[in-house]
Amino acid sequence: MIALIDYDAGNMRSVEKALIHLGEKPIVTRDREKILSADRIILPGVGSFGDAMENLEKFGLPAILKEAVDSGIPLLGICLGMQVLFEESEESKGVKGLGFLKGKILRIPAKEGLKIPHMGWNSLEYPREGRLFQDILEHSYVYFVHSYYLKAEDEDIVTATADYGVKIHASVERGNVFGCQFHPEKSGEIGLQILKNFVERQEGF
Amino acid sequence: MFTKRIIPCLDVNNGRVVKGVNFVDLKDAGDPVEIAKVYDREGADELVFLDITASSDARATVIDMVEKVAENVFIPFTVGGGIRTVEDFRTILRAGADKISINSSAINTPDLISDAAYKFGSQCVVVAIDAKSRTDGSGWNVYKNGGRIDTGLDAVEWAMEAEKRGAGEILLTSMDGDGTKAGYQLDLTRTIAEHVSIPVIASGGAGQLSHFYDALSDKGKADAALAASLFHYKELKIREVKEYLKSRGIPVRL
Repeated sequence: MIALIDYDAGNMRSVEKALIHLGEKPIVTRDREKILSADRIILPGVGSFGDAMENLEKFGLPAILKEAVDSGIPLLGICLGMQVLFEESEESKGVKGLGFLKGKILRIPAKEGLKIPHMGWNSLEYPREGRLFQDILEHSYVYFVHSYYLKAEDEDIVTATADYGVKIHASVERGNVFGCQFHPEKSGEIGLQILKNFVERQEGF
Repeated sequence: MFTKRIIPCLDVNNGRVVKGVNFVDLKDAGDPVEIAKVYDREGADELVFLDITASSDARATVIDMVEKVAENVFIPFTVGGGIRTVEDFRTILRAGADKISINSSAINTPDLISDAAYKFGSQCVVVAIDAKSRTDGSGWNVYKNGGRIDTGLDAVEWAMEAEKRGAGEILLTSMDGDGTKAGYQLDLTRTIAEHVSIPVIASGGAGQLSHFYDALSDKGKADAALAASLFHYKELKIREVKEYLKSRGIPVRL
């Protein structure tokens, strides 16, 4: 069973529909028992870092997610859902993230010719092998929408990057914690394959 | 590499795609879902659905369409037409749309831009501008109600105002170019693109491959190019446009 964490985040329905399309039966929940009995957990998110943390806290989710991660359930954060896996963000100073991974979320620097938000299709480079990217060629295109980007403290967890004036850490993996800055649920066939890799593959998860 | 986007637009009336029925290979040529799937396969980067249903009690058909598209097509899509309130935004985003485009309602109620951006994020607020050159050639005015009413607003100033209020993107239609197939209005597109820091989608006037290049190169400075009938009547295929752009050095997703 796949638990989609319900904390009033925007792109819930899109992720849910993509999973249903893949033949899965995701449940949208914030219930501790259901989350802890899930085979996979997905944390979506659109909005601001501060709002997301406030909502997660309102529903007591940080502790439940910590428990789930400690128990070994694979967790995938998408977009803002990935950002909150880290410690802090320039978007909402003073707000602590979930802190499952070490790193900061920074504002994409303004640069001539580059619009902010980074909105559209960008290609991925693979600094190292990622479990999410099995059977997906390097330089494949995925869809991004964000104004803040991840700089992971430990580059060893970065499995995909995208170039947008700065090197954006586009995907991370460490143990059972996974994150994508881009939207796999909006990245066509490539994106569906990434979600499929996360929910269906057993080896290495 | 970050790419420029090619966006087909579908006009929808009562939940059915209007204009052209050249999709002979489809079971149902007017079905927005079937056509969306074809465009997705051909390499469309996003889709725009423009609801031209006149009666407001037909909202349910739009929502039904948005849900079905979201269940079948996994690329971003925008819905526009008749969206007037934050509640309308909420309903259509919940149904699965990624972005909402507003035109006359943004002019009538500019707070709608800021309210929607605050509630749902700038990324889903597209301000559509229908612009027409002034007779004295001094610039472009913004028209509303489907191009019927000259608002007297200057298009560049309105685009800047929309950005300031939190719009995430400008969908810029040149009324001078629309339907002419003579090319996008490059002066208009470039001028707006140089005055805002959010993406600009060029619309209106595409007739041949080179027009896409012009809009997306330094001549037009657009981030994306939209076309409706050109793709709908299969005068050009999306893949053909993208291969052409690639050959001329414009980064595209292929």
